[in-house]
Amino acid sequence: MSNMLEVKDLKAYYGPSQALHGISFSLSKGGITTLLGANGAGKTTTLRAICGMVRAEGSVIIDGEPVTGKATESVVRLGVGHVPEGRGTFTELSVEENLRVAAYTRRDKAAAARDLEMVFTYFPRLKERMAQQAGTLSGGEQQMLAISRALMLGPRLMLLDEPSFGLAPLIVQEIFRIMRRINEEAKVSMLLVEQNAALALELADHAYVLETGRVVMSGTSAEVRSDEQIRKSYLGY
Amino acid sequence: MATTMTTETSAAGDPAALPGLRRPIPKWIWLGIIFAALLPLIGGQTGLISNFYFLQLSLMIVYSIAVLGLNLLTGFNGQISLGHGAFFAVGAYVTAILIDRYEMHYLATLPLAMIACFIVGYLFGRPALRLEGHYLALATFALAIAVPQFLKYRHFEPLTHGVQGINIFNPDPPFGLPLSPDQWLYLVVLACAVVMFIVARNIVQSRMGRAMMAIRDQPLAADTMGINSARTKSITFGISALYVGLAGALHAIIFEFVSPDSFRFELSIAMLVGAVIGGIATLSGAVIGGFFVQFIEKYADALTKWITSTVHLPIHLEPWTIYGIVLIVLMYTMPMGIAGGLASLWRKIRPPG
Repeated sequence: MSNMLEVKDLKAYYGPSQALHGISFSLSKGGITTLLGANGAGKTTTLRAICGMVRAEGSVIIDGEPVTGKATESVVRLGVGHVPEGRGTFTELSVEENLRVAAYTRRDKAAAARDLEMVFTYFPRLKERMAQQAGTLSGGEQQMLAISRALMLGPRLMLLDEPSFGLAPLIVQEIFRIMRRINEEAKVSMLLVEQNAALALELADHAYVLETGRVVMSGTSAEVRSDEQIRKSYLGY
Repeated sequence: MATTMTTETSAAGDPAALPGLRRPIPKWIWLGIIFAALLPLIGGQTGLISNFYFLQLSLMIVYSIAVLGLNLLTGFNGQISLGHGAFFAVGAYVTAILIDRYEMHYLATLPLAMIACFIVGYLFGRPALRLEGHYLALATFALAIAVPQFLKYRHFEPLTHGVQGINIFNPDPPFGLPLSPDQWLYLVVLACAVVMFIVARNIVQSRMGRAMMAIRDQPLAADTMGINSARTKSITFGISALYVGLAGALHAIIFEFVSPDSFRFELSIAMLVGAVIGGIATLSGAVIGGFFVQFIEKYADALTKWITSTVHLPIHLEPWTIYGIVLIVLMYTMPMGIAGGLASLWRKIRPPG
């Protein structure tokens, strides 16, 4: 099976400082791959480099299409739903308007309307909150909104940047369960960045461990989970 | 208001497609507009409202259009401009030159002034994309300072008449309408404002408006929604300049005169003050902001004289002091602007249910 995402020798820079030192990984169609690592390992930068938000070199191929050097909005139009770090809620807009912003690129309004219905099957809570100002939602609801917004793009690939950040364990579990459903039912491939390694390894089929902008280990989730070193540094048992 | 929005969207049209999010304009606003349009008949014919007051009202509406334009940029898109007086000047001069030199009909000059300002605004907005916050403010400030000098430039004198400015004359009302020129122009200005506010309202509640606000709230997340920020921001700059340019053009017509010194940078600041005091990112705030620009500033002077003569203050009072005090008091009591303050006051006093 061909890959949804193929990253080769990706380097990224913030001004003069280099944040990624040539990382390579891939994500199979319909799969979930997680990038693990400590703060500053380059996880968020990797997602941003894929989306053309930082200066990057190397090769990024999404479903057969090279995207290195493309503007963010062109990458997004290929069907990439980026759920950004910190959720990126449009705080002054209503929940409904937030979801409508996500339909910005959609030409097919009927498909967008169907996706809105699909979003409500995953997150019925958002339907109740449609008219509410998004900035007044709880953290968990804002994360749900961020995932929903990405879904409204009709994505083939979702890039999820720490969806568990700052949320209560119960909410995190709920969100991860829904992510699994989205992956299986809507056939969306996922690249997941997480600090919560235990949770991420449970959801993902493959994992890559980053340290200071380099891949230091990779394998199936089971392999990574059973590695002594990883267990000590990231899983804490 | 929020509840009517959802019922409206679920009720509207084809359920298979995403319906728009436009809300209807409240009835009391239409009544207000009709009343305003009847003023020349009521007040004018009975002599209750003098031509001078129609001129004042016209100027107020003109500033409302300008503040609205700035509000689209600063309030809804988050780009600060300290230089919108420049677009006001461009609009005014385009209209004045077309009337003075090319003898065009004054109404025909309006769309041309708007187009010219859209282009100038777009072209300025494009490179200004690289600038954010303070830096953008500074660049626009430079524009406000440069334009009056530019208008005085020797080689443009055949067109601009340099520092002397251009005199144009108030047009007579058409079809032998029993109105004074001031009353007629008041109606023209009012009609322009109504159209421009409705257009702004549609922009803000449309796809474009949501993109503008998304960029303001979360620039990175807006990119991930497939929004072309660069294009959206420069188009917003153009639209904003277009509004301010129309205001400038109307100002030239009702004032019958343009000169470089009418557009000093204080005008840009006054517009920004109007936008903030009225209520940033609200449309009604622009109307209040227009009031503020026209009246508070002008009447601060009269108020100063009145206070000095009646209270016999031991200190010397300057008009700007009053202006400053009013500003400080308003910002402390209504940090969300007058529109925001009135809205929260209404939420407190309105009957429950």
